[in-house]
Amino acid sequence: MHFLKDRGFQHRIASEITPQAVYEERRRWIQMAAAGAALAAGAGHLGRAHAQTVTAPGKLAKLPAVRSAVAGANTMEKPTAYEDVTTYNNFYEFGTDKADPARNATKFKTTPWTVAVEGEVKKPKVYDLAELLKLAPMEERIYRMRCVEGWSMVIPWVGYSLAELIKQVEPTGNAKFVEFVTLADPKQMPFVGSRVLEWPYVEGLRMDEAMHPLTLLSFGLYGEVLPNQNGAPVRLTVPWKYGFKSAKSLVKIRFVEKQPTSSWTKAAQQEYGFYSNVNPKVDHPRWSQATERRIGEGLFAKRRPTLMFNGYEPQVGQLYAGMDLAKNF
Amino acid sequence: MTTTAPARTGAARTRPWLLHPAVKPLVFIASLLPLAWLVWGAVAGTLGPNPAEALIRSTGDWTLRFLCLTLAITPLRHWFKQPALVRLRRMLGLFTFFYGVLHFLCYAWLDMSLVVGDIVTDIAKRPFILVGTAALLLMAPLAATSFNRAIKAMGGKRWQALHKAIYAVVLLGLLHFFWMRAAKHNFGEWSVYAGIVAVLLGDRLLRARMTTPKLAALATPQGGAQSLGAARRD
Repeated sequence: MHFLKDRGFQHRIASEITPQAVYEERRRWIQMAAAGAALAAGAGHLGRAHAQTVTAPGKLAKLPAVRSAVAGANTMEKPTAYEDVTTYNNFYEFGTDKADPARNATKFKTTPWTVAVEGEVKKPKVYDLAELLKLAPMEERIYRMRCVEGWSMVIPWVGYSLAELIKQVEPTGNAKFVEFVTLADPKQMPFVGSRVLEWPYVEGLRMDEAMHPLTLLSFGLYGEVLPNQNGAPVRLTVPWKYGFKSAKSLVKIRFVEKQPTSSWTKAAQQEYGFYSNVNPKVDHPRWSQATERRIGEGLFAKRRPTLMFNGYEPQVGQLYAGMDLAKNF
Repeated sequence: MTTTAPARTGAARTRPWLLHPAVKPLVFIASLLPLAWLVWGAVAGTLGPNPAEALIRSTGDWTLRFLCLTLAITPLRHWFKQPALVRLRRMLGLFTFFYGVLHFLCYAWLDMSLVVGDIVTDIAKRPFILVGTAALLLMAPLAATSFNRAIKAMGGKRWQALHKAIYAVVLLGLLHFFWMRAAKHNFGEWSVYAGIVAVLLGDRLLRARMTTPKLAALATPQGGAQSLGAARRD
């Protein structure tokens, strides 16, 4: 190929250039084949499957998925712009400013990657990422995400219910809680070593919360693999809890008898409890949780009322029947 | 202090450019630049995914920065022997109040939708907001008496006593910022401001002690040598 100053690149043999229409057609075929495979994989499981509803932004590798049939898994609300979802992040290993993770995680290495599943299980196992990706059909789920700081997003995730993985390792009767441990690599993560939190970042769920079909093991968003700043290559998404419960870049999943102490509870016990269910009636000590600001709606949009359990009350309300949620915040 | 305050140190050599008539207008315009930048950002949509948060935070940051600048005038004119710097202090003080009011308005509007009942409840309920509001209210009488006739009417001493409230304002402001960041153990930025304020207030404390007779003697080389009986090399 030659570069001509006035015309850009010139192909030496014009007949060898693939016409745009041809390669676009080819690309569509590949996409359809991939979607078809996903459909075939998901059809039996779901009974009914739709093609993807969210258009991939074309930034990262595609992660085809079928629309989830889990109740409550697909809000009709408009997803927050990909740009906002991927540039406004709390991922303190990469910095405390919202813009830091996108900036500091560009060289984060997510392959090879393994997740050790251990503790009170009959079949402990170290999974590598490829195995995890194949473990169950990928589903697209459009969840509301509510941050404890008082803002929210709507994110189209790709993954499958954590329960799928839990079933494989067969927890024993002693398993009452699940502890999630995330990567803390000071070489790649500039803020591991800062005193903001105790590293590695640890989170936990009660067994029934972990088994709930809405609890998602996420591998992607917007039809593509997870961007590093959003917790690549694999993270948790628990849509009825404040965002920080959804640990990013998981390396270990432990089944334990006692309630784990999460990093945020360690940092400020009076502000961040174990449950951290989204609850408009229980204030954070320093601000009200009654309303939230939806990211991307602009400066003049009014804050919207926060919904009990982030709007997932019909699905998860019974998990907390009889509990005092002001005490178990 | 009035702009005609006489130089305290005989050795002061006022840089002529500090007395140039353009200095004040230039500082005035420079002080408006943060606001211009924020307004531009709000209009052009360059304040990031959460512009409301960006506005509330930035106006708070600028309040604290102007507060530091205002408090820096006195130490700076001593260190650099530039008494004329004091000409800028009143304007910087007023800009501190200005950005403080903007900070409050952004909070009241963007977080509280200007619902007075909600604002009052929120302030009463949350110590960190209460402390910030107290700092702002304390600044109001200082801003209100920042013209020459007020000084005359009040009398220099009383005016000065009132304006010492700026020290309470800066401490409340720092506490407000500290509490806001407290649960996140994220004190990097806060420490920078706290450090600057410590230097600016520490210099005043040291100087105040120097001006008591005995210590003043220590401050001059001869006096120091005499009272300490120290052997000086030179």
